[in-house]
Amino acid sequence: MKVAVCVKQIPDPAVPGELDPSTNTLNRDDKLILDESDSFGVELALQLVEAAGGGSVTLVSMAPRSEVSGLRTALAMGADDAVLVSDDALAGTDALGTAKVLGAALGRVEPDLILAGVESSDGYTGTVPEQIAGVMGIASVTFAKKIEASDGMLSIQRQTDDGYDEVTCPMPALVSVTGGVVEPRYPSFKGIMAAKKKPVDQVGIADLGIDASAVGFAGSRQETVAVVDAEAREAGEIVIDEGEGFQRIADFLAELKVI
Amino acid sequence: MATPLRPRKESPRDFLATDGLLDDDEIMLRDTVRRYVADNILDHVGEWFDAGTFPIKEVAPAVGKLGLLGMHLEGYGCSGSSAMMYGLACMELEAGDSGLRSFVSVQGSLAMFPIWAYGSEEQKEEWLPPMAAGEAIGCFGLTEPDSGSDPSSMRTHAKQDPSGDWILNGAKMWITNGSVADVAVVWARTDEGVRGFVVPTDTPGFSAPEIHRKVSLRASVTSELILDNVRLPEAAVLPGVASLRGPLSCLNEARFGILFGAVGAGRACYEAALDYATTRIQFGGPIARFQLTQKKLVDFMVAVQKGTLTAYHLGRLKDQDMLSPAQVSFGKMTNVQMAIDVAREARSILGANGITTEYPVIRHMNNLESVYTYEGTNEIHTLVMGQAITGQNAFS
Repeated sequence: MKVAVCVKQIPDPAVPGELDPSTNTLNRDDKLILDESDSFGVELALQLVEAAGGGSVTLVSMAPRSEVSGLRTALAMGADDAVLVSDDALAGTDALGTAKVLGAALGRVEPDLILAGVESSDGYTGTVPEQIAGVMGIASVTFAKKIEASDGMLSIQRQTDDGYDEVTCPMPALVSVTGGVVEPRYPSFKGIMAAKKKPVDQVGIADLGIDASAVGFAGSRQETVAVVDAEAREAGEIVIDEGEGFQRIADFLAELKVI
Repeated sequence: MATPLRPRKESPRDFLATDGLLDDDEIMLRDTVRRYVADNILDHVGEWFDAGTFPIKEVAPAVGKLGLLGMHLEGYGCSGSSAMMYGLACMELEAGDSGLRSFVSVQGSLAMFPIWAYGSEEQKEEWLPPMAAGEAIGCFGLTEPDSGSDPSSMRTHAKQDPSGDWILNGAKMWITNGSVADVAVVWARTDEGVRGFVVPTDTPGFSAPEIHRKVSLRASVTSELILDNVRLPEAAVLPGVASLRGPLSCLNEARFGILFGAVGAGRACYEAALDYATTRIQFGGPIARFQLTQKKLVDFMVAVQKGTLTAYHLGRLKDQDMLSPAQVSFGKMTNVQMAIDVAREARSILGANGITTEYPVIRHMNNLESVYTYEGTNEIHTLVMGQAITGQNAFS
């Protein structure tokens, strides 16, 4: 079974981020790391290949400056190889442009299954996985919490507000994975050392047959026109407990329909 | 391809940007161990310390899976990492708790190392793979109730009877992992000098009562080993060494881990104090704005950064096979002293909260009292360096 996982390399969330004031885009000049929300997809992919008794896990990523740090983390977890699209022309690419680029890169991999996080932890558009499926013309299932594969078919538990749906679909398909549904393994020492030797296929947009005018700021159909601070939270209601505080708390929770 | 980094503001947690002295693999390993400790240890270790327990059966396989047990040894299921990586792992483990790092040090450097360095092929095949996986636990018996800094005064002895079997008698003290070990590497006097014995702990005559009433390293198992006519086959002796050089070389390996580990404990105390000082409000603002508090925080930061640089330098020397035992003494002595000093002063920043195990500082502070003493006391390391620079031996 051949599984591809879309992974994003993002600025370290532990370091305060900053926006480029001229473009209102996130500054990505520093070292980038594996988006934690993608580590669930990597783990699920490794488990699926193990369950299938063989196969491979290929990472697909788009990042500036040929950044591989985040890919190395996922390779150290056990992924077999990676395709990295890096091209100066990609700066400013919007969600749809990203989907076209990743779709073209995934086309070279020809996977049975493509996994992606529901959304990235830096951009949060949450549209790229389904756009990739659209670009590639394959089935898409969102919010998976469990995936099983057999005989060319996928059985997926799809997380909902009330529980989960059971969905089946033929492969190839793209499935977005809900965060926290599996416990991503830690890279072991041996995995870290092995990761150095695993192949990373570095390609530019010309290799993918994509015209520079279709991506980057030039091809972007969306523009962040302004960034404003979030409204400060209003102060909460202070209740002086005069013996009936518990009732007020109970009423409050009942109003929220949590009890 | 390396990422070009732009100059940026100093990080409170790595002021001198010492991460730049590490390569990408070292950073990934370090960050992985840091994450393991954050996910699995930090939320629980205060309770383990309170209860005087350490869940070794859960921790050992997990740490084994990460490849941290005997990690700087080659072959037999061991990782074969650089000394630097072993040090970095120790630093992160001890930022969690000195007991956790002690377990890993004892397993890898004191129990696995002598089997790896001096053992027979059969001993290596039998013990090293399960020990590297954390499925078998090891301990190391050198110190005795009346023989601490002067191991040449040990009383534990072994005699070979006419059948060729060895008969061990004696007692060992302050043995980390003793009561939970599957195998003990026990050092004993023989007619041929000090020999090491690989003792399965289910051998008749071997017992390991746990030592209680500790107020330090409470999240760690410490035991006595009692050897009462323990009969071992001839194949139980470590063939490769017949002098104190054997156990002393093990201690040298373990001390190397400690000189990194202590920096982790010091850093954890500094970071706890920094977090507390920036969020604790008194007189209408964070206490971090007071000059007295800033002085303490800066002292911690400088001390931890200097300790980090010392550790990294000694790590690089070890990987070039250029590190002497006296240089290890330098690191062990100064970095443990640094960590104790930081822990004690950091405790004062946390005020009354600092005396509880809700916060990590007093736990580290108490633990470091053990670290100060074991694996060569601060005083002994001072005299080792004293001899190195003066040529005068203070021990004789």
